[in-house]
Amino acid sequence: MRTGKPAHPLVVRVTHWIGAVAMLCMITSGWQIYNASPILPFVFPAWATLGGWLGGALNWHFAAMWVLAGSGLVYLAYGLASGHLRRDIRPAGPRAVWRDLIAALTFRLAHREGHYNAVQRLLYAGVLLVALLTVASGVSIWKPVQFGWITWSLGGYDIARRIHFALMSLIVGFLLVHLALVALVPSTLRSMITGGRIAPPSQEHGS
Amino acid sequence: MSNQAGRLIGAPALSAVRPELAKIERRLLLRGALSLGMLSMLTGCKLDDEPSVEAALSAMSRFNDKVQAALFSRTRLAATFPASAITKPFPFNAYYGMDEIRTVDTQKWRLEVSGLVTERAPWSLADLRKLPQQSQITRHICVEGWSAIGQWSGVPFSVFLDRIGADRRARYVGFKCFDDYFTSIDMATARHPQTIMALDYGGSPLPPAYGAPMKLRMPTKLGYKNPKYIAAITVTNVNPGGYWENQGYDWFGGS
Repeated sequence: MRTGKPAHPLVVRVTHWIGAVAMLCMITSGWQIYNASPILPFVFPAWATLGGWLGGALNWHFAAMWVLAGSGLVYLAYGLASGHLRRDIRPAGPRAVWRDLIAALTFRLAHREGHYNAVQRLLYAGVLLVALLTVASGVSIWKPVQFGWITWSLGGYDIARRIHFALMSLIVGFLLVHLALVALVPSTLRSMITGGRIAPPSQEHGS
Repeated sequence: MSNQAGRLIGAPALSAVRPELAKIERRLLLRGALSLGMLSMLTGCKLDDEPSVEAALSAMSRFNDKVQAALFSRTRLAATFPASAITKPFPFNAYYGMDEIRTVDTQKWRLEVSGLVTERAPWSLADLRKLPQQSQITRHICVEGWSAIGQWSGVPFSVFLDRIGADRRARYVGFKCFDDYFTSIDMATARHPQTIMALDYGGSPLPPAYGAPMKLRMPTKLGYKNPKYIAAITVTNVNPGGYWENQGYDWFGGS
């Protein structure tokens, strides 16, 4: 049975790409901001940063944050209303994750367009949660007085700043895995642009 | 460019799949080039030097100033700390090095007052010490990200503004400093209960490194909004801008 529905609904695709560009701006401008007062014994190379100097990077960061928040909110609202989050993103049980992870690592996990396997669900749910926490920790160091309760609950300004950095590192880690998987299954890139078509249910799935 | 692409592709996650790698190497290269192309589009070609991009960013910064003003609460207080939390030594920071610190004879120093005020007489340090004093141990946060906790004491700025008969409906208070620094703040922050004209640091008269004889201390604003070495104050409806603000830091600079 082949349904007419796209594997990736238009809202998901649009918010994905707008969010992707905004996130890239947030990360690279964030690296430039980090370079002004590093918390670890290294700085990011200039070619990987955005903004040219601290003031420019701050302007990029605080402009891109609205784009990221906007696309994120639209995505979450759509995801909740349409059931996309519950159906496709809600993590499966640990056994399913283990099974799909083993299958993926041994190259036996078939990719079926429009179906999210247990590893994907875990990664996507995880990066969404991390992104939300990154926004919260970002707000807490942007407005440590006006949103002092967030700053306080994260252990104070200095710790919140390090948490923000650590969460960014997790997002970058996700991006590396995400891009590697896209490289392994390039058709996913096409369907994330065109929408693709939902593949018929697999016989072997769940056996 | 190819070296950088090579490094991206050489991610540890892929090292375990050498046999497959050969098959898809070409695709990987394409992906690597794509993402790097995107990166260089955003950085390499100095996108932010484009006048249109610069205009958009500065429009967003002005929008964010409005958001920051809306988020600002006249009554919400910055966290205060015990004396044991004070950062020692408290860092010196300015747009120049420590060897260029400017000093003034505190006996001869006078604070000029101008703009939308009723009392324009200059103030001596002794005059300011006669006004009510208030002390705070708060966190100074620099726009660069670092922070330090210090203890400042001095005149609540709202008390001073009332003494000079400052127009409460005026939008800005501007500061000129004798180290050629300048900045300006919104009236709401000027009247915030933790905004003080600091005359002392750590219980002793403000030393030259921290802005002697007087700095404005606001735990609700970033460091660059806290002027040191103040020589003149003006109350105005025309935004006086600031040394860093005119170069691109956001004008509100609120915490």
